[in-house]
Amino acid sequence: MTDTDATTLQPKKKGLTRRQKRRVSQGAQYAVFVAAVIAFAVTADWGRLQNQFAQADIARQMFPDVITLALKNTVLYTLSGFVVGLVLGMVIALMRLSSVGPYRWLAGVYIEIFRGLPALLIFIFVGVAVPLAFPGTEIPGGTYGKVALALGLVSAAYMAETIRAGIQAVPKGQMEAARSLGFSPAKAMVSIIVPQAFRIILPPLTNELVLLFKDSSLVLFLGVTLEERELSKFGRDLASTTANSTPILVAGLCYLLVTIPLSFVVRRMESKAQEAIR
Amino acid sequence: MSRPEIEVRGLHKSFGDNEVLRGIDLEIGQGEVVCVIGPSGSGKSTLLRCVNLLEEPSKGQVFVGGTEVTDPDVDIDAVRRRIGMVFQQFNLFPHLDVTGNLTLPQRRVLGRDKETAARVAAENLARVGLSEKADAYPSSLSGGQQQRVAIARALAMGPEVMLFDEPTSALDPELVGDVLAVMRRLAREGMTMMVVTHEMTFAREVADRVVFMDGGVIVEDGSPERVIGDPQHERTRHFLSRLLDPAMAEVEEEISDQVGKSEP
Repeated sequence: MTDTDATTLQPKKKGLTRRQKRRVSQGAQYAVFVAAVIAFAVTADWGRLQNQFAQADIARQMFPDVITLALKNTVLYTLSGFVVGLVLGMVIALMRLSSVGPYRWLAGVYIEIFRGLPALLIFIFVGVAVPLAFPGTEIPGGTYGKVALALGLVSAAYMAETIRAGIQAVPKGQMEAARSLGFSPAKAMVSIIVPQAFRIILPPLTNELVLLFKDSSLVLFLGVTLEERELSKFGRDLASTTANSTPILVAGLCYLLVTIPLSFVVRRMESKAQEAIR
Repeated sequence: MSRPEIEVRGLHKSFGDNEVLRGIDLEIGQGEVVCVIGPSGSGKSTLLRCVNLLEEPSKGQVFVGGTEVTDPDVDIDAVRRRIGMVFQQFNLFPHLDVTGNLTLPQRRVLGRDKETAARVAAENLARVGLSEKADAYPSSLSGGQQQRVAIARALAMGPEVMLFDEPTSALDPELVGDVLAVMRRLAREGMTMMVVTHEMTFAREVADRVVFMDGGVIVEDGSPERVIGDPQHERTRHFLSRLLDPAMAEVEEEISDQVGKSEP
């Protein structure tokens, strides 16, 4: 017994030591990486790639419309959808926490339905099915209204769950302190609980904003006028007229222009909120 | 004698099958300071929380300032404005600075304007000796400072009665004194106070009456000299000896008549 224990614990005389083995394994991983990069650089047709994705004149031709029109519309669609989703999500979250059974039940059904359906289906529903089913009804705000509604309906389901979790994460003592100061349940919710809940859910909520930012591309399926085009539609239209993929690349970079700083801001807010709460 | 400020009649409270309060009768006169002591699980915190209806009594009545708190039609928010409550865990609002903690309730609940609320806040911060912390956030304060802010927050509402639920139990020992000093001053100023505490020195010095609870009933009720100095019941003596000299306690069997195993 003792002999075998000793042999497994001691470095073997023959072969590599543990440290050497580790070094070899790490070296191999670097070697694979470098080989892959070289293989890609050698096999890629750089001329064609540049021709297809990085044509300076085509890119130049997109400005300033890609910013002043397409990005502006993307932002507008996203924000309006976010606001609708936030308000609706708040209502659903409070219904979910209600002491009245049917409210809880209704909110649960809403969340399950809208989380379970693809966003595209909701866009088609709002853009095509509703006008067909109820001829004469006009969603206020034209395309903007439709997008806000479709994005809002989808995001409300996610946000409701996030908000509910945030409200429940606020310690019970906060509500007790507020109530014993004479706050009514509603006032305590508005002035004490919800502000703290939002601090807690700021990161997941901003994550939802980023998701909406990308989902706003589904406007494509509503059929929009030239003035209502957002980044994806704008990029695709230009890509087909110029028979070149550069517009797609530029549109993609425009998305990142917003989403990357946004996640940076979230991280900063996150650490600040952490400081304030405890 | 005028009507008692706090009056509890035949109070019962159960959590499920667990009967925590088994018939409490208690009167606290205006300006009186009453300390409630007793082992954990004796129901003393529950009794305190029943006074401002944070816990709904199962049976019995509670009156504060002549208003029946347990009346189903009572405007409980209006009654609670007259009752200040201080918690073991302070429960300051972490998203507001100290001044915000004191002014927001005044403005939202009492409808005071900004200037009045700020003035009352400053007065009460001075009262607890924390004027220089007006702009600090709760997270940057020590436990003792947080608790004093919590007392100031309750006082800013102009309560007739103050309830203290083990106000020093969550504090480091060296910070207890500051909080007790504030409470002592409050008592001297004539505030009606009901204090659940383990601080026997405070109870002995400041309280007009000490109530000893065990197993959901009041076992003894009298002056501090009598209840702490010369307890009449074996259970009180037992509790006090363990509290005053915990190092001397013997290992013993579970006391069967204790109601709860821990504080709710």
